[in-house]
Amino acid sequence: MAHAYTPGLKVSRQTKLHCRRLLPISGKVLVEVGDLVEAQDVVAEASIPGDIFPLNLASLLGVSAADLPGCMLKNRGERVEVGDELARSKGIFGFFKKSYFSRSAGVLESVSKITGQIILRGEPIPVQVRAYVPGRILEVKPEQGVVVESNVTFIQGIFGIGGEQYGKIHLACENPEQPLTEDLIKPEMRGGVIIGGARMTHQAVEKAIAVGASAVVSGGIDDQDLKNILGYDLGVAITGTEKIGTTLIITEGFGDIGMARRTFELFQSRVGSQASVNGATQIRAGVMRPEIVIPTADDSASDVFDDGAVEGFLEPGSSVRIIRDPYFGMIGQVASLPAEPTVLGSGSKARVLEVKLDDGRKLVVPRANVEIIAG
Amino acid sequence: MSKINPDDIEVILATDCGSTTTKAILIEKIDGHYRQTYRGEAPTTVEEPAADVTVGVTNAVSEVAELAGRKLLDENDQILRPSNGKQGCDIYISTSSAGGGLQMLVAGVVREMTAASAKRAALGAGAIVMDTISSNDKRKPYEQIQRIRELRPDMILLSGGTDGGTVKHVVQLAELIAPAKPQPRFGDKYRMPIIYAGNIEAWEPVKETFDDDVELSQVENVRPQLDNENLGPARDEIHELFLEHVMAHAPGYDKLISWTDAPIMPTPGAVGNILQTIAERDGINAVGVDIGGATTDVFSVFDGVFNRTVSANLGMSYSISNVCAEATMLNILRWVHVDMQERELRNRVKNKMIRPTTIPQTLEALIFEQAVAREALRLAYIQHKEFATTLKGVQQQRTVGDLFTQDSGGQSIVNNMKLDLLVASGGVLSHAPRMHQTAAMLIDAFEPEGFTTLAKDSIFMMPHLGVLAQVHPQAALEVFERDCLIYLGTCVAIAGQPKPGRVAFRYKITGDLSDEGEMYAGELKLLSLSGDQRATVEIEPARGLDCGAGKGRPISREVRGGEVGLILDARGRELAVGGEKGADRQTVTQWVNSLHLYED
Repeated sequence: MAHAYTPGLKVSRQTKLHCRRLLPISGKVLVEVGDLVEAQDVVAEASIPGDIFPLNLASLLGVSAADLPGCMLKNRGERVEVGDELARSKGIFGFFKKSYFSRSAGVLESVSKITGQIILRGEPIPVQVRAYVPGRILEVKPEQGVVVESNVTFIQGIFGIGGEQYGKIHLACENPEQPLTEDLIKPEMRGGVIIGGARMTHQAVEKAIAVGASAVVSGGIDDQDLKNILGYDLGVAITGTEKIGTTLIITEGFGDIGMARRTFELFQSRVGSQASVNGATQIRAGVMRPEIVIPTADDSASDVFDDGAVEGFLEPGSSVRIIRDPYFGMIGQVASLPAEPTVLGSGSKARVLEVKLDDGRKLVVPRANVEIIAG
Repeated sequence: MSKINPDDIEVILATDCGSTTTKAILIEKIDGHYRQTYRGEAPTTVEEPAADVTVGVTNAVSEVAELAGRKLLDENDQILRPSNGKQGCDIYISTSSAGGGLQMLVAGVVREMTAASAKRAALGAGAIVMDTISSNDKRKPYEQIQRIRELRPDMILLSGGTDGGTVKHVVQLAELIAPAKPQPRFGDKYRMPIIYAGNIEAWEPVKETFDDDVELSQVENVRPQLDNENLGPARDEIHELFLEHVMAHAPGYDKLISWTDAPIMPTPGAVGNILQTIAERDGINAVGVDIGGATTDVFSVFDGVFNRTVSANLGMSYSISNVCAEATMLNILRWVHVDMQERELRNRVKNKMIRPTTIPQTLEALIFEQAVAREALRLAYIQHKEFATTLKGVQQQRTVGDLFTQDSGGQSIVNNMKLDLLVASGGVLSHAPRMHQTAAMLIDAFEPEGFTTLAKDSIFMMPHLGVLAQVHPQAALEVFERDCLIYLGTCVAIAGQPKPGRVAFRYKITGDLSDEGEMYAGELKLLSLSGDQRATVEIEPARGLDCGAGKGRPISREVRGGEVGLILDARGRELAVGGEKGADRQTVTQWVNSLHLYED
C-alpha cells in the first residue's frame, strides 16, 4: 500500500462555510431562507421551562400531607408572586392558624397529598442562538435552527478553552516561531483576537485578559501554564464553557511549538478583519475542534480546504508534521511507505513511514504519529 | 429474527460496533468444535458523512469475507444466510457501544441500599451511570432537579423502598424527576423511557406523578427485601428499551436490528455475560478489565455474584490527562525506572489527549504510558472494590463468637486472595510489545494475592462471545477456551508486609518445572513455564504472611504456565512503591529486570 489515510485539521484561505446553528430544544426560528444576517444577529430562540422550587409545605404548616390540598389558597396552574399567601392551616377550633407566604415567584405546578410537597416553577428561561458568522440563510430547520452560508477564511485549532467570541484580528508576533509574551499584548488589542506565534505564556494570557481581548490564538501552550490559568488540572478534553475572561486557541499542540507557517501567514493577510472564534473542543466521538472564522468579501470561494493540515492519503511526497515525541512538531515530506510493519524503539510493531526533513535528515516514524499538511 | 436449531449452526458471524472501530469475527465448526477463524475491522460509521452503522458493519464483514474466501454479503450488501459451502453464515449477532454506549440516570431512596441496587442493575446491563440521585445524597432537592435537567440520559431507572416499605420517599423521588422534564440524548422526538423498579405499593402514586412526556414502565423491585436483590428484570427491561428506543434512534440501527438473529447487546453487558458464564461453569472467581481510550470497565464474579463498574474518565488517550490529574504525576512516576522531566511529560500527556491515535515510538514513551496504565487500572479497581459490596442495610445476628469479627453490611466482596482468574483486555494491555509487560501491569495494579492465573483476551473477542452465549452457549464456551484467552501464566504472591532483609516465603516446585528456594522481602522472580505445562507449587510463608491457607501456613497448588511463565512475588500486599517508605527507584529497576520487561 503506497498511501494511508490520516485525519487532519482544516485550514482554508477561502471556503464556503455552511454553519449549522441549532437550538438545544425545539423553539422558534426568527429568519427565513435568503435573509442576510450579521454574526451577532439572533436567528432562533426558545424558552426552556423555568427553574423549579420544591417546598415541603405540609411540614412547614405542621399538617399531614393528606390535609395539604385543603390548606392551599392557590390552585394548580395559578400564578404566585413573592409574598403571596400560598397556604393556611385550619388550626385548632379556628385558632392557631399558620400561613405560608411564598418566597419565590412562579406558577404552582403540583401539590402532593402523599409527600406534602409543592412545586413552584419559575419564569421560562430564554435561549438564543446567534448567526455566529455573517452570511445568508441557506436552510431553515423548522423549530430547530438554521444553516448560514458564508464565504470565509477558516482555521481549525487543535485545542481551545472558552466559548464563542468576536473581534478584530491583531498580530502580536512577527513570525510563527516567536513566543507570545506579556510585552507583546497592547491596550489597543482590547476586544480583538490576538494572534501569537509559538507558545503563549501564562503572563501573556493574563495580560490579554487584563486588556479585555476577546481571544488569544497561538501555536502552543505549556500545560503547567494552562493549569495556572484555569486554576485546576484539565482532565477531559471537553471544553467551551470555561469563563476565564477570554477564549484561548492553540493551533499545534502543547509545549514550545511554533504555529504552522501557512496558518500564521493566513492570519497575517487578514489583520484588521472581523473574526468569529470558538474555543469549544470535544475530543470524543463527534469530535469538535476550536475554530477561527474570518468572513471574506470574495464570493468565488470553493469548498476545498486548501491549506494547512488536511484530510487525505499519505503517499510519497506528501507534506507531513510529526505529532508525537521524540520528533514532535517536525515537518517534512514522506520519502517512502514501507509495506511491512517495523519494530519501533518501544518494541512495538507498527506500520511506519520515512520522513525527509528540510535539512535532509530522514526519520522513521509510525504512520499513526503524523498528520498531513498542505504541501 | 429466525429460529435455528443450534445443532445446525456451522458458521457464525459476529460484530462489535465500537465508538471508533467495528470489529467482525467469523466462527466456524471445524472437526466438531467451534473455532474463531478470521477477523476484520473497519471504522464505525455512526457519524457524518455515512451516518449509518451498517456501512461500517458491511466494510468489516467484507474484510472477513475476503480473508476467509467466503462470500458473506450479497449484491445488496445483505448478509447471506444460511451457510452453503463457501457461502454465507448461519447466524449473525452483534453488540454495540457506538455513540457513547448506553447512558443512564438512576435513582433510589437510600444511596447505599436501593440506589446502589439500581446502580448495580444499570451497570450490569452495560450502561454508563451518569449520576445517582437519592434522598440522602446530600444535595438539596433543587440541586438534584437542576442536575437531572442538565443531564441528557438515554433512560432513567427509578427504584426505592422494599416491597411494602416506604411509599412517601419513593414518590418524593418521582416528584423530583417529573418536573425536571429530562430530555433524551438522541433527538427530541421520542419520550424519555423511565423504568420503575421500586416498592410495588408505590407504583400507582408514582404513575400519577408522571405525565405523558415520559414512557413509564414497571418491572419487579430491584430490592424487594433488604437482604435480597433482584436485578434480572430491571436489566432485561434496560436491554429491551436500549433496543427499542436508544438503538432505534441511532443512525442505521433500525437496519442493523433487522439483520441480527439475536437482540443487539451493549458491549460491556456482553463482556459481563461471558465472564459470568465462565465463572459459573468452572466454579471460579474472576476479574476482567477492559481499559480503553476514554473509560475503564472492571467486571468481577466472586462467589457467583457479578459486578461491573465503569470508570468513565480513566483511559489511555481521551482520558489520559484525567488519569494524571487524579493519580498525580508523583504516583505515576513511582513506576518509572528511568529519568524523566515532569514538565515535558505534562505536555506529552496533553498532546496524547488531543491526538489520541498516536502510539509510543520510543522505549521511554512506552515506559511512561505503562506507568500511567498502572495508575488508571489501580484507580479503576479501587472504585470497583468500593462498589462491589455485600448488601448494605441487612441486619445481622451476632453471636458471642462474632463479637470481634462480625462485619457490618457493605463489605467489599472483592477478595484478591480468592481471585482465581484475572483477564486483561484493551489496547495498552493487549498490544504491549511483550506479554511480560501485560502481566506486570496487571500484578502491580490489581495486586492479586495467593495463586492467580493471568490471561489476556487475544483480540477483544469477549463482547462477541457474550452475545453468542445467549444463543449458543456451547459455541461461545468452546471459542472462549480455545481462541479467546491467551494465558500469560500464574502469579503467586504473599499477602501481608514481609520484613526487609528476611525470607518472605520458601517454595518448592515439582511437575513440568523443578525448582526450590527462598524469596526475600521485596523480591520478584520469573520462572519459565509454558502454556501447555503444569507444576505443583508448595509455598511456606514466613510468620504473619499469607498465601491462601492462613498466616504462616503452608499451601500447595497446581498452577498453569503461559506465555510469560510463573511469577513469584514477595513484595507483600499492599504494594508499597514510592514515597518515604515505599520501594525506591533502584528496587523498581530490580523488578523491571527480574521480569525482563523491556529486554529480550
